Amino acid sequence: MPEIKITPLGAGQDVGRSCILLSMGGKNIMLDCGMHMGYNDERRFPDFSYIVPEGPITSQIDCVIISHFHLDHCGALPYMSEMVGYTGPIYMTHPTKAIAPILLEDMRKVAVERKGESNFFTSQMIKDCIKKVTAVTLHQSVMVDNELEIKAYYAGHVLGAAMFWIRVGSQSVVYTGDYNMTPDRHLGAAWIDKCRPDLLISESTYATTIRDSKRCRERDFLKKVHECVEKGGKVLIPVFALGRAQELCILLETYWERMNLKYPVYFALGLTEKANNYYKMFITWTNQKIRKTFVQRNMFDFKHIKPFDKSYIDNPGAMVVFATPGMLHAGLSLNIFKKWAPYEQNMLIMPGFCVQGTVGHKILNGAKKIEFENRQVVEVKMAVEYMSFSAHADAKGIMQLIQYCEPKNVLLVHGEAQKMEFLKDKIEKEFKISCYMPANGETAIINTPTKIPIDVSLRLLKAEAVRYNAQPPDPKRRRVVHGVLCVKDNRLSFLDIDEICDEIGINRHVIRFTSTVRFDDPGSAVKTAEKLKTLLAEKLQGWSITISDGNISVESVLIKVEGDDDNTKSIYVSWTNQDEDLGSYILGLLQSMVQ
Amino acid sequence: MKLYCLSSDASKPCFVLSFKELLIMLDCGLSAHSVLNFLPLPPVPSTRLASLPNYTPPHVNDPLLEGELKECCGRVFVDSIPEFCPPLDKVVDFSQLDVILISNYTCMMALPFITEETGFKGQVYATEPTLQIGRFYLEELSEWVSSCGSSSGAAKRWKELVHLLPPPLALAARPRAWRRLFSAAALARALSRVRVVGYDERVDIYGALDATAVSSGFCLGSANWVLRSAHEKVAYVSGSSTLTTHPRPINQAALRGADLLVLAALTQTPAHNPDHMLGDLCVHATVTLRAGGSVLCPVYPSGVLYDLLECLSAHLEGAGLAHVPLYVVSPVADSSLAYSNILAEWVSVGKQARVYLPEEPFPHAALVRAGRLKHARSLHDDAFSADFRQPCVVFCGHPSLRFGAAVHLVELWANNPAHAIIFTEPDFPYAEALAPFQPLSMKAFHCPIDTSLNYSQANKLVRELRPRELALPEQYAGGGARPHISADAPTVVVRRGAARSLSVRRRAARATLCGALAARATPRELRAGLRAAPLSAALRVRDARLELVAPPGPAPAPAPRLHWNALDVEALVRALTREGVTEARVEASADGCIVHLPRHDTLVHVERHATHVFCEGRADVRQALRRAIASCLPHI
Repeated sequence: MPEIKITPLGAGQDVGRSCILLSMGGKNIMLDCGMHMGYNDERRFPDFSYIVPEGPITSQIDCVIISHFHLDHCGALPYMSEMVGYTGPIYMTHPTKAIAPILLEDMRKVAVERKGESNFFTSQMIKDCIKKVTAVTLHQSVMVDNELEIKAYYAGHVLGAAMFWIRVGSQSVVYTGDYNMTPDRHLGAAWIDKCRPDLLISESTYATTIRDSKRCRERDFLKKVHECVEKGGKVLIPVFALGRAQELCILLETYWERMNLKYPVYFALGLTEKANNYYKMFITWTNQKIRKTFVQRNMFDFKHIKPFDKSYIDNPGAMVVFATPGMLHAGLSLNIFKKWAPYEQNMLIMPGFCVQGTVGHKILNGAKKIEFENRQVVEVKMAVEYMSFSAHADAKGIMQLIQYCEPKNVLLVHGEAQKMEFLKDKIEKEFKISCYMPANGETAIINTPTKIPIDVSLRLLKAEAVRYNAQPPDPKRRRVVHGVLCVKDNRLSFLDIDEICDEIGINRHVIRFTSTVRFDDPGSAVKTAEKLKTLLAEKLQGWSITISDGNISVESVLIKVEGDDDNTKSIYVSWTNQDEDLGSYILGLLQSMVQ
Repeated sequence: MKLYCLSSDASKPCFVLSFKELLIMLDCGLSAHSVLNFLPLPPVPSTRLASLPNYTPPHVNDPLLEGELKECCGRVFVDSIPEFCPPLDKVVDFSQLDVILISNYTCMMALPFITEETGFKGQVYATEPTLQIGRFYLEELSEWVSSCGSSSGAAKRWKELVHLLPPPLALAARPRAWRRLFSAAALARALSRVRVVGYDERVDIYGALDATAVSSGFCLGSANWVLRSAHEKVAYVSGSSTLTTHPRPINQAALRGADLLVLAALTQTPAHNPDHMLGDLCVHATVTLRAGGSVLCPVYPSGVLYDLLECLSAHLEGAGLAHVPLYVVSPVADSSLAYSNILAEWVSVGKQARVYLPEEPFPHAALVRAGRLKHARSLHDDAFSADFRQPCVVFCGHPSLRFGAAVHLVELWANNPAHAIIFTEPDFPYAEALAPFQPLSMKAFHCPIDTSLNYSQANKLVRELRPRELALPEQYAGGGARPHISADAPTVVVRRGAARSLSVRRRAARATLCGALAARATPRELRAGLRAAPLSAALRVRDARLELVAPPGPAPAPAPRLHWNALDVEALVRALTREGVTEARVEASADGCIVHLPRHDTLVHVERHATHVFCEGRADVRQALRRAIASCLPHI
């Protein structure tokens, strides 16, 4: 039986550093190539030596597919392509290709310039890496080589996020990356057709959350910001340039609009403005509503959100500021933090994960005093809030996706082991399909049914269709085709007997058997035949029995009645060699009927 | 396989292909040439047009014809709402269509005529830019034609008297089939049926076929369609370009080696090189503007317009005329300009690279921000009339000069020789477009820009694609000295109303064989490289997909199904002896011989290609006979 093998190098019963190896039909595919934000050492990147202990990696991997631009899904790509030396094809969507290099560059700066790490990829490496990427559009069917085909579906998690359908021969797999089944502020819901893959590899971040808690978190966030500014406080939101920043901007913009608030909202100039441009240009990837209204008003042209100037730091009164970078490790966001931290009416909202060693990480761990290099000590009196806004499918969404695409097996990644366990049970119970959840480095093997493409002669099919359609419709009736299987140049065909004779150039030799049954039945031969037909029809239900001119045919077996009106009749039963079973059965049947 | 042709205009094609019990419509172009026979519909009442003299054919006194015809400078026009020539509806029943595949937005204008109020139940497929820009074209057309009011009833009587009218009206093709434009509601319904596809997306057509749109290089989202089943391939090439402009380049590889290639929508102006025309246009515009005149370009709201804006703005800047305002006037101008800049995935690599920076792929967004380019819904828009200044360049429709803002501007500027009108769209002969505005003092230039394939490019393409059969509209077929398409492959020529059979024949269908059933078969080599085995399979049909699976129950040893060659009677007798059936007596007969087995009440007639056993004995004798015969003949 053919197999599909899956080995997570990251994201196996874990969140972060997504990197999954998929082998089927002799092809090896790497799904995502992420880095772990929680580590500073070699555990940061997937263990590529697992694939091949030494020597070139390119010959071992047929292609790399990146689902979206988050660093835990693409962060190790420049490392793999420029430092490990992978030179094969890399696929991602257009927005991912546009945005990923900016995030990679951001992260590189943090790692190298802040933390002084060596052995990290350079800016040039990021550029070289992105040059090698092939951008794909949604639903485009891309032939990686003659056998390997991939196709992207909308995943909704962030701008440009995609799920990938991957096929080799008759085997197929869907990899979801991160996805979201409910449309949010700027993105639509994930969608896939009924592609019935052999395996669905699904993320399971919110495997146990049943209700969409994102709305609650958003409400919470807005309430806190509103309360803070109402009291005259200043709110600092450190963000990275892309992704969450735009979502939070839309969130605040619409809230300000609805509540008619006048407090100033700023975002730091530079990247974020540029980033908004990406969103404007890839507006076809956002949700219906934004796409419909963009001609009149582009959602990413913010009315209430103004560019920030450094001199505003000391402005009196309430304000909300988005500033980069997101982990408070350097730059503007840190400067603002130093000024605002000592006042308790102010607030800091961390909308994302913070790497160990950064100021952000310390604060989130409850540090009340932060000491800086120049011995400057800052007391943290401002309120600190951590909020995660990532858009993932909840348990209901995951079940929904399974229902949409009808996989034969499910494999869970990108989640915590305990939660996965719960969802695995649920999937196995509800859909009666196998569910797997390998840990990092563990291999799951999934057997798939063999399906061999074969060309069936139309003559054979038409003859069958004529027989089938001649009978009253019954969806349960078996449709059987008899013919000859022919293997030529490694290709299979299914032919009828005359066709195979032509194909090989032989003269068929037909063998026919005829036996006689004697039957005492006065009356005309036609009447006897009618009588026999009725009897046979009773015994042979589901077979096609026809009668014409006193000749009965049961499928291809012929029965003929001869004899004078008052005498014994001779019933001839005749069949060809290949109908021996049916012929001898009918003969036996007639013989027993006569007695 | 059959091909029907429903359009007489090869550049606005409409074909129907019947294949595998499906009816597939390829494009639904709307021929708009007919509108040239009508008087223009001015957006503001024109005293000149209103005071044109009536025309009555000589020796005809028909009160019903009264007021239907007007004369202008020796030409006769119909004074009525303009009518269009939709695809022929008598050849194919539109309610039976399964699918409509649209190649680009210039070839979909007749969609509402086909899908609305015809009982149409099928699917329509087009790329996203085709749908969006097609919507702009159609909405613009519909708004202009309907805004001019339907107060005057449609003129009908003249159609009965066409033979009495002077040319070119007398030569009008089948005016009785002309129809008025659909309503806005019908248009919206028709467009809502369109399903959006991406390039290289395989669309499953009822399980029988895969249809794939592949880039054709002609305009944003323009596509050629490839229809593929396991054994057959049809390529429909319509509106393609091998030039480098703003859209994605043509994908030729996908079209190669088709069983049938249908070719349509080649260039309408084969004598004009589009690059030279663009250069000429810039020169004419500069000269006119320098002399203080304004320039009018009657254009469609998308397509070549983007190239014109890009080139002309750069050229004017170089010529020191950067202060000259550019206006785009169309009910859809804002949407069209905005949309073009979000279609990053559909533009050429060069334009796409700008998106990664990120900058808009087209420079017109920058021109708008800089205030050099302004757009307005209509001429009487406050925003437009407030800061309208001359000299300027105005881009507006409709290229036929029968409706839209262009009608008013021509009327306004006609008497001033300083102004110029430059025709770029190839759909209408410019002299005819201008006929109702004669006499004309403003300069008129003809710079048609049609980037679709010319004849030599098309011939080269066909040679490279190597189709097994080629189908063409009659306009492109050989005939005298005019340029035509010639190919090595057999060529089928179609014209409006014709149905032609094609040589594609189906022999086999693709199925999947399940592993369990395959394991039952033990193929034997019959000839070098060919193995065969008898097989009985249960057939499962799901979503028109075939599966061969093992019939339920235990697997019987497959019985020999096929014997061949002649039977050697002596060998048969020996084999019978081995089976314990003795006392065989052989007798010659007319076509072979007869083997008597008197002890078993059995006769065997042996002929060259057949053996007939008359067996009145027990079943075990028959089985022995079967084994004996089988052992004497090669079989599987």
